[in-house]
Amino acid sequence: MRRSIRFIFRGMPREISAFDPSITLLEWLRLEASATGTKEGCNEGDCGACTVVLAKTDGDRIRYFPVNACILLLGQIDGAELLTIEDLAKDGTLHPVQAAMVRHHGSQCGFCTPGIVMSLFAAFHEAPRPPDREAIGTALAGNLCRCTGYRPIFDAAFDVLSDLPEDRFSESNASRLEALRALEDDRGIVIGNEDRFFASPRHLDELAEMIARHPDATILAGSTDVGLWVTKKLAPLKRVIALGRVAALATVVEGSDSVFLGAGVTLAKALPVLERIDPDLGTLMRRFGSAQVRASGTVGGNIANGSPIGDLAPALIALGATLHLRIGKESRILPLEDFFVAYGKQDRAPGEFVTGITVPRPEAETHFRCFKISKRMDEDISSVMGAFRISIENGAVSGARIAFGGMAATPRRALRTEEALVGAMLANPHDWMGAVQALEADYQPISDMRASARYRARVARALLGKALTEIAGSSRATRIVARTPIGEVRHG
Amino acid sequence: MDDAPPVLVHQAITHDSAIRHVTGAAPYIDDLPEPAGTLHLALGLAPVARGRITTLDLEKVRNTPGVVAVFTSKDVPGRNDVSPSLGDEPMLAGDEISFHSQPVFVVAATTRRAARIAARLGAIEVEQEWASVSIADALSTGETVLPDYAFRRGHPEPAIDGAARRLAGEIEIGGQEHFYLEGQIALAVPGEGEAMFVHSSTQHPSEVQHIVARVLGLADHQVTIECRRMGGGFGGKESQASHWAALAAFAARLTGKPCKLRLDRDEDFALTGKRHDFLSRYRVGYDERGLIEGITFEHLARCGYSADLSLGVVDRTMFHSDNAYYLPHVEIGSKRLKTNTVSNTAFRGFGGPQGVLAIEQVIDAIAHERGLDPLDVRKANFYRDGSSVTPYGMEVFDRATLLPLVEALEASSDYRARRIAIAEHNARSPILKRGLALTPVKFGISFTLKHLNQAGALVHVYSDGSVMLNHGGTEMGQGLYTKVAQIVADEFGLPLERVAITATRTDKVPNTGPTAASSGSDLNGMAAREAARTIRLRMAEEAARRLDVAVSAIRFEDGLVHGGDETMTFAELARFCVLERVSLSATGYYRTPGITWDRAEKTGRPFFYFAYGAACSEVVIDTMTGEMKLLAVDILHDCGASLNPALDIGQIEGGFVQGLGWLTTEELVFDNEGRLRTHAPSTYKIPVASDVPAHFHVELWDEPNREDAIYRSKAVGEPPVMLAISAFMAIADAIHALAPGNPVQLRAPATPEAILDAIDRQRAK
Ligand SMILES: Cc1cc2nc3c(=O)[nH]c(=O)nc-3n(C[C@H](O)[C@H](O)[C@H](O)COP(=O)(O)OP(=O)(O)OC[C@H]3O[C@@H](n4cnc5c(N)ncnc54)[C@H](O)[C@@H]3O)c2cc1C
Ligand code: FES
Ligand code: FES
Repeated sequence: MRRSIRFIFRGMPREISAFDPSITLLEWLRLEASATGTKEGCNEGDCGACTVVLAKTDGDRIRYFPVNACILLLGQIDGAELLTIEDLAKDGTLHPVQAAMVRHHGSQCGFCTPGIVMSLFAAFHEAPRPPDREAIGTALAGNLCRCTGYRPIFDAAFDVLSDLPEDRFSESNASRLEALRALEDDRGIVIGNEDRFFASPRHLDELAEMIARHPDATILAGSTDVGLWVTKKLAPLKRVIALGRVAALATVVEGSDSVFLGAGVTLAKALPVLERIDPDLGTLMRRFGSAQVRASGTVGGNIANGSPIGDLAPALIALGATLHLRIGKESRILPLEDFFVAYGKQDRAPGEFVTGITVPRPEAETHFRCFKISKRMDEDISSVMGAFRISIENGAVSGARIAFGGMAATPRRALRTEEALVGAMLANPHDWMGAVQALEADYQPISDMRASARYRARVARALLGKALTEIAGSSRATRIVARTPIGEVRHG
Repeated sequence: MDDAPPVLVHQAITHDSAIRHVTGAAPYIDDLPEPAGTLHLALGLAPVARGRITTLDLEKVRNTPGVVAVFTSKDVPGRNDVSPSLGDEPMLAGDEISFHSQPVFVVAATTRRAARIAARLGAIEVEQEWASVSIADALSTGETVLPDYAFRRGHPEPAIDGAARRLAGEIEIGGQEHFYLEGQIALAVPGEGEAMFVHSSTQHPSEVQHIVARVLGLADHQVTIECRRMGGGFGGKESQASHWAALAAFAARLTGKPCKLRLDRDEDFALTGKRHDFLSRYRVGYDERGLIEGITFEHLARCGYSADLSLGVVDRTMFHSDNAYYLPHVEIGSKRLKTNTVSNTAFRGFGGPQGVLAIEQVIDAIAHERGLDPLDVRKANFYRDGSSVTPYGMEVFDRATLLPLVEALEASSDYRARRIAIAEHNARSPILKRGLALTPVKFGISFTLKHLNQAGALVHVYSDGSVMLNHGGTEMGQGLYTKVAQIVADEFGLPLERVAITATRTDKVPNTGPTAASSGSDLNGMAAREAARTIRLRMAEEAARRLDVAVSAIRFEDGLVHGGDETMTFAELARFCVLERVSLSATGYYRTPGITWDRAEKTGRPFFYFAYGAACSEVVIDTMTGEMKLLAVDILHDCGASLNPALDIGQIEGGFVQGLGWLTTEELVFDNEGRLRTHAPSTYKIPVASDVPAHFHVELWDEPNREDAIYRSKAVGEPPVMLAISAFMAIADAIHALAPGNPVQLRAPATPEAILDAIDRQRAK
């Protein structure tokens, strides 16, 4: 067991052996390390002013992940190289990203700028060449700028992403890779005592045992929810068990009939895998949070949090996914929809945790569609999220799985609607009406700041209609952002 | 000593802090090293929107580890008031609660987290009263923060009644949160004796100074405010930065320690005012061609619990209810409604955008009712010779600018051809509809409160020839410091690096107005030039004496001073001046000429000039879900002879996108209890990168200001916000396609839900 976390900071290994389990990376940077270049704009993962980059090994590569330092806990950066705005320029020479931002007048008040530079720095190393506008928009979705209107930032991004990704970081790739490898070990980490600790086990069994022993500890995956408990509710996390170092939870198995995603698989890593199941899932995932949220947030966290407005659950329920849970040495599998019992209540025993999810691929003659409706296209929580898996035989619906988020206290199937749809002729929209009306029996949505109950109900009906119109093969444009044709996979 | 043609002015010079911005080396207040012993403050907030405090038990707060002191309104040494105007804003609530989350007590602790935790442990018991939250609530109570106000010309009612066509309607206009990326913050450091030094993120250091002095019971000269830069302001730090500075200074006085107060984002949302939301009612009469004959507006503005700047804000709504159109018979009335919500305040455009949006909706309604292209109705109603006086009696002297500007944009944006293409698209496309609109802006430049139209500057030349520049304007990202430095460097014929830009401080330049009303460079540029000219003349006299030429023969260029055949460096001349006992320090002062507005008499000229612009936007909407995407924007905007095209284009683009947010995704939702439900970026959605279309084309209209503004430029901070109205009208145009011939009823912001509601109404027609 290791009693410290280790990471690379300012080019040197850094080891910290005592810290409060709930200290955020941003607090550490600004208050402990006096590194004030990284800003706090919202303290909840939405504005990107606090964006820093974690460089991590991936085989013989280094990958660059933009993350929100405000909601990431310090303990989570073990094993990474932490890069902040202060690291980019060297000896008075700006990094190409910084130089492009200056050249294109990309800053006004400058408060968002360090975060934007860091997001573009990550994109500089990760984004496809030549740059495409949509990919830049996706890379920047987690960085709010209130001054510029973004045009000069796009221009700076285009400019710098047209160059090869060569900078002093790529030049020192080998030595930095070595430094990162030197941090790797097979030990679990525990900082603190039984009463108050930050633990980061290395192996699944060790994790299972620890969670079972501390059923009241906070299970921490990407911290994109948990971080807000700390920064907004001011909840002191006394005992934290982090999943981030358990390699077994990060597995992805892409089979011919189904896909398995470990609970710890980040949303960023899940994106292309899900997109290969259906392009709508790619679109959904690109609109899920932001690059920063996807780099930290996990598939397991998005399900385990039980949120009625989480985006993955409805999509995966419609696809017929099953959830893998474990307590101690015992494992079980249940249909994903059964996991969500009521608002704030899931079918998860104390000491139990999610290990992964199996997602069946739609069979031939089975169509999938999903739609996310939100006030703003990018980086917004859904007011309604609808997912449809519809099987067709001889022009009629032979089977339907339909699930919605934002329509009830949990993500839930529309059982009556499904039933009413079976047998409907696809070519005859009048035949769909029974199903469209049945939605009213399935859901009694609420009004809140995202949308009114009336709107939600309206849109749910519209989405079913839209899905059926598309599956029926209408040649009319049905979406503002067209469904990506299969095979034309975009980058995330 | 003739004025040499400018070298730096009119050039696209980079923002002075750009390199520091991109390297993280530009310090904001929270980044400054904290003086030893600094305490951190957090606020205890009212749990209801209206009521009387019956008990306030702060025992648990005091006993929280790390807490050093807890203060309430009873501890205030001076006056417990942070209002900019009427004395109606307690720094800490006394017995009475006026809005949800109103600050009741302040905690000082050794860490910010300790202070925040402790602040939530106060037991505030309140005898709750019914809270007036919405415009409808306020109309039912009849409460206002200020008296109603109206101006009128001719006989609008008979003109409307006698017109060939008539329309009446109500326009709902939402508010807007500033969402400056740097939240409100102040750091107060007690000095010698009674002195108090405050770092404040403020657009109005002088007012912060006066309010801090008022709260502490001190003379103004004991208090110094400094602001080097803000991480955005947009009006939100014009009157509403004082509160946090006053609290920090108050705690610093009582503890004797430096105190820092930085609001958490959610608190910043809950505790600071927004752009006013409006319900505007109108009646209009017009002829068959859509020419307006008579119109009445009644603007109902939700001001919140106190007056703040609502007098001027709503006046400006009234001043802009004509936008670019001649309104022959007109009455524009207003009510400043009082509610139990935060006090609404300045926000880029200062009420103007709401007035412009209202009249633009009326024009659209007329065009739709008449089956005319809205652009034709707009152009027909423009101010023109013989019809050139505004409803408030000011001649639109510079009216000749707008029509050619709009026609140039009409041509360059290919408006007419796109109209046809869109009609064809919409005929083929039952689900997705496109819309197009080209709308103008005319925006009055000057504070309508006359005494704010003045500025001061302080310039020193040191004996090595380096220059220190200071003025009363503040830097919030708009590039004011850069522009003024360009002006001063040109006066001395120096490269920009020789002019040091320094933080705005009340002990350098006193009695300043806020940096607001787009007037920052108009006022401070002039004042600083004046100061530089005073010094330059003294230096030229010394050079002339030394080179034995006439003063008129002296030229300042490229860091050199020429006279006859001889040349010396600027630094040499500075040195000579010091040796010859010539003062190299001067103040400069400027007041805007020609402004004569008299509010009580409702006559005079409120504005020095108007700034113009026009935008053409195209959108697509999904008629099943109400989703919308902005597809293309073309802008042509008038900055006069631009002081700095790069910075000006930045203001135009940024203003447009901010206006776009106001009119589309940014929705403020208060619940019935008066609590703001959209209190953070998770629920309040300002535009992100992908909301901006690939085709976003901005051009400057190159025509010098006919008034003698600094280098014949025009102010640019606010007018572009209103260019975004083109996007809103384009959405309305797309909805109109569902049932042509009927005016569209679309509320702002046009969220997907608002769009779907408007679609329903349109289809029902
Ligand atoms: C800016 C922002 C944007 C967002 N946008 C979206 C969005 O578009 N769509 C959306 O659906 N969500 C969104 N979210 C919410 C959040 O990002 C997701 O729910 C995310 O998937 C949570 O995963 P995590 O790994 O970060 O979870 P954590 O925050 O680490 O944990 C979340 C909860 O799940 C529990 N938990 C985590 N893993 C396990 C496990 N394996 N077993 C048992 N319990 C576990 C934790 O104890 C905690 O209760 C957003 C959040 C932010 C901050
Ligand atoms: S501070 Fe806004 S995302 Fe971290
Ligand atoms: S430059 Fe001010 S927020 Fe981006």
